Amino acid sequence: MSTPPPPFSGPPAGTPRLELSGITKRYPSVVANDGINLKVGPGEIHAVLGENGAGKSTLMKIIYGAVQADAGQIQWNGREVVVANPAEARRLGIGMVFQHFSLFETLSVVENIALALDEPFDLKALAIRVKEVSTRYGLPLDPDRLVHSLSVGERQRVEIVRCLLQQPQLLILDEPTSVLTPQAVQKLFETLRRLAAEGVSILYISHKLHEIQSLCHSATVMRGGKVTGTATPSRETPASLARMMIGRELPVCEVPAYTGIATPALTVSKLSLVPDDPFGTRLQDIELEVHRGEILGIAGISGNGQAELLAALSGETTSTPDSVKLVGLPVGHLDAGRRRKHGLAFVPEERLGRGAVPSMSLADNATLTAQRQGLVKKGFLRPKAAWDFAKRCIERFDVRCGGPGAAARSLSGGNLQKFIVGREIMQQPIAMVVAQPTWGVDVGAAAFLRQTLIDLSRQGVAILVISEELEELFEICDRIAVLAEGRLGPAVPKAETNAEKIGMQMSGLFAPADKEPAHAAA
Amino acid sequence: MPLLEPRPTPSARMRLLSPLIAITLTLAVGSLLFLALGKNPVEAFTVFFVQPLSSGNGWSELMVKAGPLILIAQGLAIGFRARIYNIGAEGQLIVGALAGGGVAIALDGVDAWWVLPLMVVAGAIGGALWGAVPALLKTRFNAEETLTTLMLTYIASFTLSYMVNGPWRDPEGMNFPQSIMFGDPALFSPWFEGMRVNAAILIAAVASVAFWIFTSRSFLAYQLTVGGLAPAAARYAGFSAQRTVWVSLVLSGLTAGIAGVGEVAGPVGQLNLNISPGYGFAAIIVAYLGRLNAVGIVLAGLLMALLYLGGEAAQVALQLPAAITGLFQGMLLFFLLGADVFVDYRLKPRPKPAYA
Ligand SMILES: Nc1ncnc2c1ncn2[C@@H]1O[C@H](COP(=O)(O)OP(=O)(O)O)[C@@H](O)[C@H]1O
Ligand SMILES: [Mg+2]
Repeated sequence: MSTPPPPFSGPPAGTPRLELSGITKRYPSVVANDGINLKVGPGEIHAVLGENGAGKSTLMKIIYGAVQADAGQIQWNGREVVVANPAEARRLGIGMVFQHFSLFETLSVVENIALALDEPFDLKALAIRVKEVSTRYGLPLDPDRLVHSLSVGERQRVEIVRCLLQQPQLLILDEPTSVLTPQAVQKLFETLRRLAAEGVSILYISHKLHEIQSLCHSATVMRGGKVTGTATPSRETPASLARMMIGRELPVCEVPAYTGIATPALTVSKLSLVPDDPFGTRLQDIELEVHRGEILGIAGISGNGQAELLAALSGETTSTPDSVKLVGLPVGHLDAGRRRKHGLAFVPEERLGRGAVPSMSLADNATLTAQRQGLVKKGFLRPKAAWDFAKRCIERFDVRCGGPGAAARSLSGGNLQKFIVGREIMQQPIAMVVAQPTWGVDVGAAAFLRQTLIDLSRQGVAILVISEELEELFEICDRIAVLAEGRLGPAVPKAETNAEKIGMQMSGLFAPADKEPAHAAA
Repeated sequence: MPLLEPRPTPSARMRLLSPLIAITLTLAVGSLLFLALGKNPVEAFTVFFVQPLSSGNGWSELMVKAGPLILIAQGLAIGFRARIYNIGAEGQLIVGALAGGGVAIALDGVDAWWVLPLMVVAGAIGGALWGAVPALLKTRFNAEETLTTLMLTYIASFTLSYMVNGPWRDPEGMNFPQSIMFGDPALFSPWFEGMRVNAAILIAAVASVAFWIFTSRSFLAYQLTVGGLAPAAARYAGFSAQRTVWVSLVLSGLTAGIAGVGEVAGPVGQLNLNISPGYGFAAIIVAYLGRLNAVGIVLAGLLMALLYLGGEAAQVALQLPAAITGLFQGMLLFFLLGADVFVDYRLKPRPKPAYA
């Protein structure tokens, strides 16, 4: 790697910026980090890879002072340090961007940043600095915008700019792209490369192996709390990286043919909806039909009506009775609970707060949607039945957690996703709608979830998957349609389309009859 | 520099500790207050908290006051868990008292066992209807229930004033704004000679057990709790937000209405302008002090009742103004809210230089 002139009072050449040796952290049920060694040089973008639960986040929190290690040393620019808390980490020059942002919606960008600073501040001067830093790193931000009007990508920018204001020498990003659109990911990468060129070290966690290959100089792979190897991502293949992570070959999805009768199970016709949210997308004349035994994929970039379509399918927003039908039965006017009673299952993209109540246990979260599986009797809860249900779900879907009593928020994203998908499948639905099935899920678990969906469809369930990941859709779907600007294109058998055609449709080019010119991305 | 940072998970210990901290701080600041007023704090606290309980009658009075507080707070807590903030229980209490009192006045002279039960049912319906109005306004027009419930309290209290000044005024009452004294069939009869404690406390006791079972076991209460903790999850599960509003407001109106009947058919014995010393408002404090938990509410209700008694005793023995009760209630709520911040937040450690 080229070594650009470091603008910071860096360490003498050859000294790593950060060196961990023998870091160990035990939790009551698991050793999350077991003698971890790791080295990051100045200006190096270093990936940390591993399955959900491998201990990556724990290690990052130890570096950031949010968790204390039981054993091991941290060397910072060649000096041994004890990072007692995040404030001290920031003082040393360590910044961290969390996956879940803790921003106040009713305050402006600059006010949010001011609140998180450790020093006294002058709001006006700060706003100018925010503007400076954000333009310099290609992260345009209006300091006076209120946070509630920002997209997820913009909110993440706020967090990154907040870190950059403190001129970090090491920036930690824990799964920063799992909530971003592809364009936002590209912007983020430009920023990170520029930072690295200025000498900032970056620790980068992601499950998306192609991202890591294009961005990172080096990688440390973890499994079960231990380092299992290091690699130069550009010299590896996604398959070889995956093998290091899960310790065996990545299973390839098996897609058998469906042998049952493919009758329509979920039908949407003439669905048009004006969103309540002024920033929402209007759905226009959506038509689709999912048959038993197939998986229909909906491709497209979030913000093109995905959220609105999902809510209309699940029953979180209602419309006219005939706009949504379940096996011929009009359900468009029914709420989510009633649709579930008629055999619809739904996995939303937000797991915490929507798919599960964060502070409740998994057993209590089983009751959220699986009440009809004997978890409620005559209006009273049956805690033992809920416990057993959650336990079966945990075992069958390999959910790594502290048991049915563990709070939903204590699970990693991937494991909570497995629990929610499992909970929905165990209700034996007729039709199932799944949003972003593998967001934030590691490669091993993602393969498992995909195979689970395929198998379920082959048992005669109609499945609709909305995903931003084209590769995933091509892997599991029988037919694919594109949702762009609130309009749904025709569902085409996967063999008759390809990534290029779908990409064209994503930019708003549907049937030739549609004479509207392509909109340039604003 | 902000002094607080969010905790990774809310502290369960702090949630239980917080009422105790609030009580301690209230007592501490109360001592300063007594000192400033030139009273010996030890003596003042003896008057406030010990004297009221040194006689059988004192315990009876404690029950008389704790009964309505606990009953109302149990109903309010259901809504508060679902984040439906009914702060108009006082109005629902008044309407319940009007409905029950109306029955008593209409049936004056009828000597039958069912008069009193009928009053209780009428009061329950009256309170529930008064709670249903803000529920309708919220579900139809999205009107904030914090405002509407409070506004309806004024309407209730002016209605009471109109009734006892007009149609229901006791013709032999020397023009005082009050109804006739209710006959025995329309009154809870005292259990002990010369004491006021009566069967109304049993209603609060039974309600507490019922609410305990309801909140810990029923699917409906589970749905309300989910609605409060994660509204998006409730919508995803298909739990009706409208039903949450209706159940919360109607149920809390109902318990307040019954409490109103307990007052007019108990210690007060008629309709007049002083049927409640602010029980409907104090019950809000009781609900939170009791951590919205049925058992906690019983304890908190007893404490709040003691504050009422102590305040009365302090007026007599120490010549303190009647506002002293409100002052103590206010401090308790203030410190409780302050301490509750630490359930979700903790003090931020002051950044120290990383190396010396
Ligand atoms: N606060 C905690 N208490 C108990 N166990 C924890 C805690 N945080 C993490 N763990 C456990 O430590 C392991 C590693 O978790 P984590 O570092 O989040 O993994 P990753 O980020 O690689 O998915 C998991 O088994 C997880 O359940
Ligand atoms: Mg993690």
